[in-house]
Amino acid sequence: MESQILTLVTFFPLLGAALLLLVPKERHDSIKSISLIISFITLLLSFWLYAMFEPLANGMQFEVNIPWIASLGISYHLGIDGISLLLIVLTTVLNLLAILASFNSITEGVKGYYISMLLLATGMLGVFCSLDLFMFYVFWEVMLIPMYFIIGLWGGVRRIYAAIKFVLFTMFGSLLMLVAILYILFEYHSFAGEYTFDMIRLAQMPLGHQAQLWLFGAFALAFAIKVPLWPFHTWLPDAHVEAPTAGSVILAGVLLKMGTYGFIRICMPMFPEATVTFVPYISVLSLIAIVYGALVAMVQKDVKSLVAFSSVSHMGFVMLGLFALNLQGMEGAVLQMINHGVSTGALFLIVGMIYERRHTRLIEQFGGLAKVMPVFSVVFLIVTLSSIGLPLTNGFVGEFLILLGTFKANVWYAVIAASGVILSACYMLWMYQRIFYGKVTNKENEGLLDLSIREKIVVLPLLLLVFWIGIYPKPLLDRIEPAVKQVINQMGRSGTVKFDEDFSIEPVLADRAAEHELIVNVESEGK
Amino acid sequence: MIDYTSASIDFSLLGPEIAVLAAAFLILITGYVKSLGKLSPAVALIGLVTALFLSLNQWGDQSSGFFGMVTCDNFGSSFKIIFIIIAILTLLMAHRYLSQKSLNRPEFYALLNISVMGMMVMANSTDLVVMFLGLEIMSLPLYVMAGMARRSPESNEAGIKYFVMGAFASAFLLMGIAFVYGASGTTDLRRLVTDYHYIAGNFKLYLYSGVAMILIGFGFKVGAVPFHSWIPDVYQGAPTPVTAFFSVGPKAAGFAVMLRLFAFGFSYIGLLSDVFWVLAVLTMTIGNIVALKQDNIKRMLAYSSIAHAGYILVALAVGGNSAVSTAMFYLVAYSLFNTGAFAVLILLETRTGCKSNFSELPGFGKAHPYLSSILALFMFALSGFPPTVGFFGKFYLFSAAVKSGFIWLAVIGVMNSFVSVYYYLRVVKVSFFDKPEVSFVPVSFSPAIILVLLITVVGTLWLGLFPQQLLEISQAAIFAFL
Repeated sequence: MESQILTLVTFFPLLGAALLLLVPKERHDSIKSISLIISFITLLLSFWLYAMFEPLANGMQFEVNIPWIASLGISYHLGIDGISLLLIVLTTVLNLLAILASFNSITEGVKGYYISMLLLATGMLGVFCSLDLFMFYVFWEVMLIPMYFIIGLWGGVRRIYAAIKFVLFTMFGSLLMLVAILYILFEYHSFAGEYTFDMIRLAQMPLGHQAQLWLFGAFALAFAIKVPLWPFHTWLPDAHVEAPTAGSVILAGVLLKMGTYGFIRICMPMFPEATVTFVPYISVLSLIAIVYGALVAMVQKDVKSLVAFSSVSHMGFVMLGLFALNLQGMEGAVLQMINHGVSTGALFLIVGMIYERRHTRLIEQFGGLAKVMPVFSVVFLIVTLSSIGLPLTNGFVGEFLILLGTFKANVWYAVIAASGVILSACYMLWMYQRIFYGKVTNKENEGLLDLSIREKIVVLPLLLLVFWIGIYPKPLLDRIEPAVKQVINQMGRSGTVKFDEDFSIEPVLADRAAEHELIVNVESEGK
Repeated sequence: MIDYTSASIDFSLLGPEIAVLAAAFLILITGYVKSLGKLSPAVALIGLVTALFLSLNQWGDQSSGFFGMVTCDNFGSSFKIIFIIIAILTLLMAHRYLSQKSLNRPEFYALLNISVMGMMVMANSTDLVVMFLGLEIMSLPLYVMAGMARRSPESNEAGIKYFVMGAFASAFLLMGIAFVYGASGTTDLRRLVTDYHYIAGNFKLYLYSGVAMILIGFGFKVGAVPFHSWIPDVYQGAPTPVTAFFSVGPKAAGFAVMLRLFAFGFSYIGLLSDVFWVLAVLTMTIGNIVALKQDNIKRMLAYSSIAHAGYILVALAVGGNSAVSTAMFYLVAYSLFNTGAFAVLILLETRTGCKSNFSELPGFGKAHPYLSSILALFMFALSGFPPTVGFFGKFYLFSAAVKSGFIWLAVIGVMNSFVSVYYYLRVVKVSFFDKPEVSFVPVSFSPAIILVLLITVVGTLWLGLFPQQLLEISQAAIFAFL
């Protein structure tokens, strides 16, 4: 049982989807309760996984490795480290809340909807568990299909356009990734004489600089579209705005993380030299994303698209932290991946709640809601502040670590990035002010009901997470740190990239990053 | 060295061919008695199933007979099995469709069997003349089948068009064989291989122009660009079950011969790889781009079949043993999900007046959640999404290209399958997302079609998740008798 726990967590939602197929489509209540129970059990399984996880152990845990398509070296290979562990828990939490939040908003095609949600969960969990590139790719693609239906069938007015755009953007990147995967496969074959898709073994293969650059490019394009890094972000506002609430929650909360996860799991260990070469470019794109996302968010009239653009900005932070290439930056980035999932997931959930009441998301339609819906306005405020990154909320810890790491790598990057924090306070608080303060100007808002019990249950876990991570992030950081160290170790293993012994002080590296001379020749230093 | 002048007259080599042919003759003889004519689908089915078992029996056998005119090898047997399965699926799909459109005549089943027999002869031969013979045996019934709905102008057009174009292609092929014969004095592929350097040294021009014309001839049959212009009209005009058969059967047969000729036979001609490179890129790209603008699903699938022929041409450009196994794998995969997609179309077309236009689809998702999900599954398979066999087929195909260093070809290939996502998803979009203007008339099922759907759905998913066995079979199929 214990050795199969990852299989169980990953495929339990699939089992639920199969179960739902047997339920007659008119029986909405049974469909809802089955999918709720299934996702709750998945959540419990992921908690169990969390409890059994050894924070201090090195390497992958709960590994399963069974040959699948032996003649091509493809195996059913699952395993997790601290990074994947946290993302798995995030996925199961958000999945449960998203399902709970859809009970009232989805009235048509109920059966198909919950089947899609559960399939989506399996796809996302699979991405975070896979240690085999082929499997990773399969899950990465599979997850597109349910999302396509969720946006296209249950979305807003321009849902069809948004769904197609989402699929085409993601496909474009991932198909080039496929060619890159194949290239690595055959490179490994000529290196080691056998075929394997094992990420860990592939990362041990030395690759030429030129090849690394191309391969990094192919993978990075796929991941950057998913993150989305500026200028590949244009699918995101459409998809987020048009998707139903649960779809937006999953999109922003989990799907975007698959991109950054790809960078840290695949790009960095496999192509360390190329990673270092690309640092300035990706950092600049991240900075543009931070500032651009924030500025565009400021002028949005629709709350949901405001949150969508804020995602662009926040994911820019994550990317910047990752490519600071030091312990603080990367740790902060991973933590911020979780934080962004929690905060933005919560934002989309509560925006969905107000949309269910008023069927509009335009900021100008609201005003003075604090008087009508006191509980709601408190919840909204907490989430807003956590998204801004106020101390004692989760956003602060992540952003602080990222800025710390970035500062070490390059002062100017940190300065520009810090402006993003200020801008985020501007647009979030301004939005909050326009919706909640002042007098009730619109008569339709007068009779709005405050949060129901179900809605309170939906937001409560996320609020707890906001404060827990904000006040005591140590349990999370304890699990992230060994994993990040391991990635840094893997990068250092090739010998062409050097990190300091304790991973913490890298002035040497940082200075050179500024001069674009990051590749330290270890041979000369070794002598 | 293999004794290729084996003089034995061994009829067991021709067992499968004889079985289908016997069934066809039996139908033609008894078809005029009304009560017996009704049995013709069953007779055809029995013939095909017998042939299936006989071909399975031949697996692993390597022998030759009839003075080298007939060979038996894994390559041929596996293609025979593919043809027979395609024919069985077509037969199951066709029966009710034809009776509904009052086209249900015994001849159809006889023609189907004769055509399959021609394909088997094509796949099983290493002699150019026998290949030509097989091609003609395959094609003539197809011309008739395309024009079977004689009251429909489109069907007539399809028949005539296919006939004229096919005859044209045959002429090229025959001329090419004549040139090769002129250069070498033999039509036996094995002699051409062993004496290649002598022939190429002395009669290079004749050999090359002969090979080029052969390539054109088969290019027509598989629908490679620029020899594809007959495909859309014929596919759209022919009765749908016939189109389903066209899009997989003759294509597989054409590729069987091309693989034998170009991956094994004329593999010494280095230039061929470049030619196939260009053909593959053109075929994929034009097929996919033109498919974007179609309003009729059958026509869209016609262009998609051109595009898929392009993917298989990638394997030919790569050449060698990996070409054979990847192309065979892809053909099996493509036959499965393409036949499945046509099965759904056939079900849709049993509603009166339905011509498989996109505009007829809105509301399909709501009226038939399962059937439309199956159609969506096939569309995802056609566009190469995991976990369907469509993905693994493409993966395997492009892996062969990358392995041999054709990275740009692989990149062009995946970019093409990116383009294809748009039009395949359009089917999904129209049937699920678009609001119907008129209520969707439900379709009525028949047990035979449900069986076809079951086979294709299970095959598409099962082979996509567990392709190991089919991979081994396709890798064993490279043991060709050459």
